[in-house]
Amino acid sequence: MTHTLPELGPTHELTLPPEGEQAFGNGLTVIAIRRPSVPLVEVRLRVPFARAELAPAALLTQTLFSGTSELSTVDIAAEMQKVGGALGATVDPDRLLVTGNALADGLPRLLEILAQVLGDAAYPADQVAIERDRLVDQIQVAQSQPAHLARVALLKRMYGDHPYAVQTPQPEQVKEVEPDALRALHRQRLHPAGATLVLVGDFDADTAIGAAQTALSTWDGGGEPAELPPAPALAPGPLTLVDRPGSVQSSLRMALPAVPRTHPDHAAVQLANLIFGGYFSSRWVENIREDKGYTYGPHSVIEHAVAGTSLVVSAEVATEVTAPALLETWYELGRIASLPPAPQELEQARQYALGTLQLGMSTQAGLAGLASTYAGYGLRLPWLAEHAARLAATTLDQVAAAAATYLAPARGVTVVLGDADRVEASVSGLSGIERKPVD
Amino acid sequence: MVGSVSARSTAVKIPSTRYPVERITLPNGLRVVLTPDRSAPVIGVAVVYDVGIRSEPEGRTGFAHLFEHLMFQGSGSLEKLAHFRIVQGSGGTFNGSTHLDYTDYFETLPANALERALFLEADRMRGPRLTEENLRNQVDVVKEEIRVNVLNRPYGGFPWLKLPPVMFDTFPNAHDGYGSFGDLESATVADAQSFFERYYAAGNAVLAVSGDIDTATATALVERHFGDVPARPASQRPSFTEPDLSAERHESYVDNLAPLPAVASAWRVPHPVEDFAGYLPYVVLAEVLTDGDASRLVQRLVQRDRTATSIGGYIGFLGEPYEVRDPTALILQAHLPAEGEVEKVLDTVAEECDLIATDGLADGELARTQARMATHLLRETDAVLGRALRMAVLEQQRGDPGLINELPRLIGEVTQEQVVAAAAALRADRRATVEVQPGRSA
Repeated sequence: MTHTLPELGPTHELTLPPEGEQAFGNGLTVIAIRRPSVPLVEVRLRVPFARAELAPAALLTQTLFSGTSELSTVDIAAEMQKVGGALGATVDPDRLLVTGNALADGLPRLLEILAQVLGDAAYPADQVAIERDRLVDQIQVAQSQPAHLARVALLKRMYGDHPYAVQTPQPEQVKEVEPDALRALHRQRLHPAGATLVLVGDFDADTAIGAAQTALSTWDGGGEPAELPPAPALAPGPLTLVDRPGSVQSSLRMALPAVPRTHPDHAAVQLANLIFGGYFSSRWVENIREDKGYTYGPHSVIEHAVAGTSLVVSAEVATEVTAPALLETWYELGRIASLPPAPQELEQARQYALGTLQLGMSTQAGLAGLASTYAGYGLRLPWLAEHAARLAATTLDQVAAAAATYLAPARGVTVVLGDADRVEASVSGLSGIERKPVD
Repeated sequence: MVGSVSARSTAVKIPSTRYPVERITLPNGLRVVLTPDRSAPVIGVAVVYDVGIRSEPEGRTGFAHLFEHLMFQGSGSLEKLAHFRIVQGSGGTFNGSTHLDYTDYFETLPANALERALFLEADRMRGPRLTEENLRNQVDVVKEEIRVNVLNRPYGGFPWLKLPPVMFDTFPNAHDGYGSFGDLESATVADAQSFFERYYAAGNAVLAVSGDIDTATATALVERHFGDVPARPASQRPSFTEPDLSAERHESYVDNLAPLPAVASAWRVPHPVEDFAGYLPYVVLAEVLTDGDASRLVQRLVQRDRTATSIGGYIGFLGEPYEVRDPTALILQAHLPAEGEVEKVLDTVAEECDLIATDGLADGELARTQARMATHLLRETDAVLGRALRMAVLEQQRGDPGLINELPRLIGEVTQEQVVAAAAALRADRRATVEVQPGRSA
């Protein structure tokens, strides 16, 4: 008996959940999205944090919830647990992000504690000392991870003198951070001006905004905005070979130019990247994994940051196939940059891009992440529907033109981290190289 | 400063879900769970086979996982690469994963691709295309997976691959589930064929479909696509149980890539299926000990004594308390500062368990932990795929997919006395420990 592939049913239009938005007088914007799928709430507070010094910023994320004048670190954690909640913070060169969730009935309490911390974080000396030592240990462990070391080398290669070039502090820098530096950074930068609070969950949007107003409308509105200069263009040149003696795999990284979400080429670049290597059913993954077995999880991702966008290609490959894997990577980039893809390749990538938009919006956490990220670029969820329409309308010519402009391998920069003594001879047969020790 | 915060509040009431559950068994033995949710136009499809790492034969370590890869390499109506292209070209994502007691295959897609997903899963349930070329290719891919996750990074396989051989004596429980390169390289197509015949019968599988489906339509589509999967005898799963430890075990190894010491200990817990009521207090205890800055061991080891920089606790070597069978364990794992002493950490854990056993828990300590656990449970199943996977395994291991709706309440009903008794059972003479010694200076 033969079995034939069933047709797809009719496509569902992208539908957006109901949302409310309000800007408070202190500069905080609150976006509340109702998604009552489970009786929970998701919370994301995004605060602009460009130009914050690396070591204090990193330690601030670890100590923001370490106590106020009224609550100890244990009190804060216990009070959050009572409503099934937790709060944490992370930082990148653009923003500080507070992430939290709780049982739906716990939203007012979560916001009350968040407001208390934002207005009155104490950075107690003993807690700062504990978290400083822990952060130093974490960085030391990261510095023994090949993925981290390859990232460090790639950022340096991509960004030169730009603040994006270094995104992790050195242990020695962290060791010098005193509580006063954290209090000063908090005072200068942790303010509602330009910040966005996203709430998603099982609530009425107006009620959620009301809870945010009660807790956060009196959050101190001072502080000065800081902006980054645009990221520099990539400077192609010799491949950077970073030596990690004894490595049993090489970490291949390439950065290529790309465009922000609001650029007219964005949808075409997204589709071109998918066809090249941006999902499993791409040319590059089918080639170096499913045909040649060089690697397990190669991926190619468009990375958006406020000051610039790039396309980053990553694969961990067996040491002995480092040069052949590089060759195939450059081959697939060169192929898509110089020959138009087949129509069915475009349709497959288009369906994937459209379908995964719907999947990404189907959970509370997914919606919260999307809404918060887009808010950082001045976009709102309805932009997703417009983007879906652009993806649907993008032509083969537009994709081919985008590939020629952005995916051409000669426009990129390449970093390889691995056992240089074992790979240098073969890799230098394919490209000029510059060998460096691990930083 | 913003307002004043009351220093104390009471815990909120633990909510629950009411996901509908439709159970069907096809004539070929395939069990089916349907759970409609029309709130978003997406679906989750999961097929779970009752075979995992514990069932792989001696001399074939890593075979259950390697075979999982082979299930993506084509089947009766599908060429190599077709599965991936059809799922992604329908707007969805896919994966599979190999666990101690089961292997899952799953997709999440826009709802209009329901029939395609059923077609894909039925086609490989009838039989994968097992070829020498695909086998060699996937052995290479799996070796790279092991290099990424174990060999080329610090703390690789710690503790999930390193602790079972200390705690257990029999091959099914003790061996390396990722597999040795020698065993992987010697795997044959004939091995794969007999593994499929033995374990991948329809009667050994559960299909779960969640999300934007109509139950009657979905039932008809399931029957259309899976109805002609042949009935074959399902392999009877043997008991893998072992006696509890009667004396402490402690081993250590040098990790040449690790800059700092680490340690993990495990204690056997009651049977997760046959004695669920006796098992749940251990699930709660792991969280009382380690969930967040207000937990017992974080307060003591990380904040007060500073003998550890992090401590985590969970049930099962893969951290999935509701998807594991006997024998399994409560595991505590700690990372230490450069000069940290493993013995001191172990002694302090014992001391804190004694304190709970003698003094009980503080006011509200249990209730707040249970509230946080409810959030975790609800959050894990918000995605339709997470829901399909959990319900498929609950059906397979317990015949009770509706348990998904009861778990927050059952966790909330665990009493202080039960948690205290569980803490008293974490004695040193029942403990298996593995210690990582750093081979690289920090």
